Parts: sequence; C-alpha cells; structure tokens
Amino acid sequence: MSCDEAVNTCDKTQYNEVSLWGKIKHTIHLIYCKACRKYSSNNSKLTKLVKKPEVDCLKKEEKEKIKNNFKKKLESH
Amino acid sequence: MSGHKINPNKWIDLYSDYLFNYTITRVNDREIAQDLVQETFFAGLKSMKNFKGEASERTWLISILKRKIIDHYRKINSKKGKAEVRMNLNFDGEEEGDWLEQRVADPFDKTAEDRLENTELGLAIHDCIGKLPAKQAEVFKMKTLLGYDTETICNELDITASNLWVIIHRARTSLASCMEKNWF
Repeated sequence: MSCDEAVNTCDKTQYNEVSLWGKIKHTIHLIYCKACRKYSSNNSKLTKLVKKPEVDCLKKEEKEKIKNNFKKKLESH
Repeated sequence: MSGHKINPNKWIDLYSDYLFNYTITRVNDREIAQDLVQETFFAGLKSMKNFKGEASERTWLISILKRKIIDHYRKINSKKGKAEVRMNLNFDGEEEGDWLEQRVADPFDKTAEDRLENTELGLAIHDCIGKLPAKQAEVFKMKTLLGYDTETICNELDITASNLWVIIHRARTSLASCMEKNWF
C-alpha cells in the first residue's frame, strides 16, 4: 500500500467506510510508516473532537429557512 | 469610524453555524436555537447603523445573541413562575418529575469546567471551519457534522466520490493543524 492509498483509507476509516481487508492493509502500512502514523493519530483526534455533541451545525433546510426569512426582511428594510 | 462596511447579505453563510453552535450549547433545543439565531440576524439588520466597527461583525452579532438568549430565559422563567402557582402539591413521591423544575435539564449535570471546555470546543471548530475554502467547509460539514452519506453529497454538489475524498482530505488536514494550534 502506498502512502496516498493509506491516507485515503485513513480518511475513510473516520467515517467507517473501509472494508476489513482495507483496514488490515492500512494497519500494516502504519507499522512501518511514521508519517502516516502521525496523520492517522491526528485524524482520529479530530474525529473524536467533532463527534462531541457540543459540535453542531445547521442543516441545509434549516439554513435555507433562515435565509429566506432574512431575505424577505432585507427587502422590506 | 463610519467607513466600516457591514454586509448583511453574507451574514447567514458566514455566521449562522457559529451563532447556532453558540446558542445550542446554551439552550439545548434546536427549534429555539434557530429562532434565536434568526431573531439575532433581524435585530442586527435593524440596528445596523449602530455598528461602529469597533469589533468584528461576528462579535457584534454574538453580543446581540447573548441578549436574546438572556431574554429567552427570562421569558420561560416568568411562564414557569405562573404555572407553579397552579400546581398541586403531591408528597407521595411517585410523582417525581411533576415539578417543572425537575423537568428542566440540570445545568450542573456536568462539571462547570467540562461544559465550558465543550462550549468553547464547538466554537473553536467553527472558527477553524470558517477559515477553510467555502467548498471544503461545505463538504466537511455535510459529511462530518450532519452525517450525510457520500452518495447524497455527491449528487447534491455534483462531484465524484474520489473528488469528495480529496476535498475531505484537504479539509481534515487543515482542520487538524488549525485545531492543533488553537486547541491542543
């Protein structure tokens, strides 16, 4: 596995979109590749942070709703 | 300084997620948080000429939002007081949870420090997301925060899957280094 592939697998791992075989190959790559190990650890740290319930954002519809209401207000302003 | 320009057209895109995150950690209800954010934008629009440019637009909007959140709590508290008068006292213990106070989420559930840290975390992340290019920020939010699956995002934004992963990768790399600087 090349580093490019490893990084790609690592990104996908954050979203649980990797097959078992992919995970195994990735782990083997991490054993001998320091750079990817670092990337992988940073990446999972980020995932852990983002998963906390305090990190939230508006859904697309919700944002659109506010946007539309605001537009109306803006026109009458 | 009247030379400071204020541009409400971009407010929603630039600040709504940040304000929303700020609100949701304080009121714990999506609907109410959305309403408060919307009211904040309206109020900002109304008092636009009072914006002196001493702070950034966002700080200014946050200060309006803070007032709105306080007002919100005042409002529900006065309603609560009225309801309380009409309540029957019940001492047999089975009715636990009948008191309105008992139904309100306990703000001391977590330690104060925990909460403070987590509130700041949300804002720190939105800060970092705000520094990303618009496309990356959008894809990252959809994929990570809203949890849409790859296919949906690809259809909606008209990009290929490998395209998406490249964008995600770039976003994650810059986010990780941004958070490393500001958070860890």
